[in-house]
Amino acid sequence: MGMTIAEKIIARAAGVSEVKPGQIHTVELDYLMSNDGTTHLTIDMYNNKLKNPRIADKDKLVFIVDHNVPAENPKTAAVHKKMREFAKANGIKFFEGKGVCHQIMFEEFVEPGQLIFGADSHTCSYGALGAFGTGVGCTDFLYAMVTGKSWVMVPETLRFNLKGKLREGVYPRDLILTIIGDIGANGANYKVMEFAGEGAHNLSVNDRFVLCNLAVEAGAKTGIVEPDEKVEQFIKEHGRNADNMYVSDEDAKFLKVYEYDLSKIEPVVARPDFVDDVISLSEVGDVKIDEAFLGSCNNGRIDDLRVAASILKGKKVHPDVRFIVAPASNNVYLQALDEGLIDIFMEAGAMVMNANCSVCWGSCQGVIGDGEVLISTGTRNFKGRAGHKNSKVYLGSAATVTASAIAGKICGTV
Amino acid sequence: MSRVFKFNNDVDTDQIIASQYLLLPTIDEMKSHAFESLDADFASGVKEGDIIVAGDNFGCGSSREQAPSVLKALGIKAVVAKSFARIFYRNSINIGLPVLVCENVHENVNAGDEVEVDLTQGIVSAGGKEFTCTKLPEYMQNILNAGGLIASLNKE
Repeated sequence: MGMTIAEKIIARAAGVSEVKPGQIHTVELDYLMSNDGTTHLTIDMYNNKLKNPRIADKDKLVFIVDHNVPAENPKTAAVHKKMREFAKANGIKFFEGKGVCHQIMFEEFVEPGQLIFGADSHTCSYGALGAFGTGVGCTDFLYAMVTGKSWVMVPETLRFNLKGKLREGVYPRDLILTIIGDIGANGANYKVMEFAGEGAHNLSVNDRFVLCNLAVEAGAKTGIVEPDEKVEQFIKEHGRNADNMYVSDEDAKFLKVYEYDLSKIEPVVARPDFVDDVISLSEVGDVKIDEAFLGSCNNGRIDDLRVAASILKGKKVHPDVRFIVAPASNNVYLQALDEGLIDIFMEAGAMVMNANCSVCWGSCQGVIGDGEVLISTGTRNFKGRAGHKNSKVYLGSAATVTASAIAGKICGTV
Repeated sequence: MSRVFKFNNDVDTDQIIASQYLLLPTIDEMKSHAFESLDADFASGVKEGDIIVAGDNFGCGSSREQAPSVLKALGIKAVVAKSFARIFYRNSINIGLPVLVCENVHENVNAGDEVEVDLTQGIVSAGGKEFTCTKLPEYMQNILNAGGLIASLNKE
């Protein structure tokens, strides 16, 4: 019986020749990533709850401070200190203020065929490089940190066959929001979203990151794009190993197969308070905004900043709008500086922040107040996600966010 | 008997515990903010042994383990839902918070009802009716029976 990409990755991690959906396997993990959203609790459990505290393989651990960085109050500073000191004492790879955790993993560590646990739901992004990344809580993280292993139930796979190319002015963000709108917030619950076909191969690895990153918003365990020569090239340029580029067998079993013609996708937005409440941008009506956010692990890469800068060049941010830009990593930031994009943002009146989760996390920078409206490239628009419980968050592409920042209301062009 | 706190579909973990409280030092300091945006009286009103009844996709969104942890710390005996988002479900089992999948409880109970939950049999009794919940796979039931994943690790 043929296997899917996800099944092949789990089989490799379990050291068996074949796995089937529904089976539970003990697996060895390739990396374990944890950020400042939960690591302090993991460290407390490590110190206080374990009979025999130990670390199976420190080289597989990556700690990243990206959520509330730099610290905004003394309690957060204490959390960061705990993380920093634990990482140092145990020889764990540690990044602070270098970028959003998933972007760092993408730039530095992920390889095709790997099985990676991250204590963050958007760990599902690593499928952009043909890996299986999935989000876990801190107890799962701790168990894996101590033993080097964990258990997984083999998920069923939903296959998304993509064909054609996105039209000009339409972005991967529009595609994945359209898909989530179609299948719903639990449409892929417990399952893998596998993207394949020539339409998928037309997308850059950065574009694929956008698709896989939001898989969890449909409930998926992970999202994976069938890896190809673009992935191989990226991996080799970064000096990493591309030996395990798995593709699904022709007789692999998919729970369901969806077909999407990329040329038919239109700009869309997700309305508050659910990521699957997706409507065409043309139907959004007259929605005035107080803030616009460009950044996050979904849309803070150089491609997004280029799109935004091309729209913003020579124009001004609307006087009633705060436009906040946070590059996804320092590498992205440096490249944007080099290309003159940061000048364009600042001259237009945007606030350019350090590389971090920023407004998407809704707890330190750029939070919005009672009754305010945000248009965002962040990952979620849940009630209160970006600040006050009575604030509203719309999600859209970098282009939509930027055009809206200029117009002062949600729109696609200015 | 357990008192019911009732929620609908797609309750995300940001509602269970918002981002701005996650970096507080301990779960005990976070728990008074549980469900702050949906039910401001929840944390002060909930008592040991109460249960949550919800619709589909309970606990969707973020992987924050603080979500099931604050519910457990407030004394919630079990969460009974039509379906759960997978990370919340797994986290709950890992920390020893019983999560029961049951299709029909949501329609048959109201907020404030007193119901009986038999965790060993996976049966919810409400208004003279019995509702049987889906059994956990043995592997997960063993983790829950051990008191969670860390307790089970300490026994290894």
